[in-house]
Amino acid sequence: MSSPESSPYSDTDAAPHGKARATEWPLWEIFIRGQHGLSHRHVGSLHAADAEGAIKNARDVYTRRNEGVSIWAVPASAIAASSPEEKGALYEPANDKVYRHPTFFDIPDEVGAM
Amino acid sequence: MYAQMIKSTGEGVKSLDDMEPEERAFQERINAGGKIEPKDWMPEGYRKNLIRQIGQHAHSEIVGQLPEGNWITRAPTLERKAILLAKVQDEAGHGLYLYCAAETLGVTRDQMTRDLLSGKMKYSSIFNYPTLTWADMGAVGWLVDGAAIMNQVPLQRTSYGPYARAMVRICKEESFHQRQGFDIMMKMAKGTEAQRKMAQDALNRFWYPSLMMFGPSDAESVHSAQSMAWKIKMNSNDELRQKFVDQTAPQAEYLGLTVPDENLKFNEETGHYEFSEPDWDEFFDVLKGNGPCNTERLEARNRAWDEGRWVREGLLAHAEKKRKTAIAAE
Repeated sequence: MSSPESSPYSDTDAAPHGKARATEWPLWEIFIRGQHGLSHRHVGSLHAADAEGAIKNARDVYTRRNEGVSIWAVPASAIAASSPEEKGALYEPANDKVYRHPTFFDIPDEVGAM
Repeated sequence: MYAQMIKSTGEGVKSLDDMEPEERAFQERINAGGKIEPKDWMPEGYRKNLIRQIGQHAHSEIVGQLPEGNWITRAPTLERKAILLAKVQDEAGHGLYLYCAAETLGVTRDQMTRDLLSGKMKYSSIFNYPTLTWADMGAVGWLVDGAAIMNQVPLQRTSYGPYARAMVRICKEESFHQRQGFDIMMKMAKGTEAQRKMAQDALNRFWYPSLMMFGPSDAESVHSAQSMAWKIKMNSNDELRQKFVDQTAPQAEYLGLTVPDENLKFNEETGHYEFSEPDWDEFFDVLKGNGPCNTERLEARNRAWDEGRWVREGLLAHAEKKRKTAIAAE
């Protein structure tokens, strides 16, 4: 098997997650719908040259035992995530609104299920 | 284990009071049973240690396909062949789950692969032993996967989220592996005299290398103490080895096979088996690269990487061409 002269796999340092070097297969995050009626759930990531390959690889890596009925493959670099440092500020507005939970209200027993 | 002799910072475990606030919060979260996720702050030593450990574990799964792959074309029946094929495919999957967990720590799979191929990163010593007969497929499943499970079950509770989740998936599949191994051993141990001898021979050859998988006693190791404080190692090597012998010795008895250890006996008082230590000189020699199959294994991985290069490059070029065509059509 011959291949082009210059090696695309030259030694370089580690890259940040999802930022694959141009010469490596990009990273895809894989989401699988377990059964009809449930939403897709993140199961892990894998490498593939394109979306079609990502779905085929996901089939082999994540559904060898009928774990799924539907696969989503998303380029890892396209995922925006909240940062852990902002956790306080991000969720704080919900913390003092206990009345959003039904258990906040006392309903007399004689009223029955509500 | 699948990860052996992992070095940590080499310093002792710091007390909470000696830690900067960030590290203290990190350690307290681990102590409380919380999980560390990829974007969370973590000490550099934790990150590096995990890359080494998860990477070595992943490499072990990948190299571990070789001794079993050796028997796919020679399995005694079509059913056994299909089962072995499925098992080897699982090993590839396990390697990929683990590479994906390691990649969340800022290293790429190709980088780890290069480090395996150059010999910079290691894989478990066990895969440097040859699989000479079909009975070895039984012994590998029963003993090697059995020993791996001992370590992997507690690692489902490890502190690093992506690693713990990978272990959950792996453990679900490993019990199939161990059972298929034991099934082969049962068939052979209860078969003809020649089959029984073959099963005994496989047990003789794989017993001590399996005990070595747990690594030498680490009761005094600062590396292990740090790893345990970080909850990326859950039990001491001796603890797991003892558990393995306690579980496996009665199974050998059930098979009517003899564990190759004159000193093996059940101690009524402790409730545990007493057994002989493996030859640790042999273990260190195998790690250094002098086992029966070290050269063969690395050559096989290097060949696969080199000969697969045109596929990797070809698919990438094709994806790029499709992308350009799609843009031109818009």
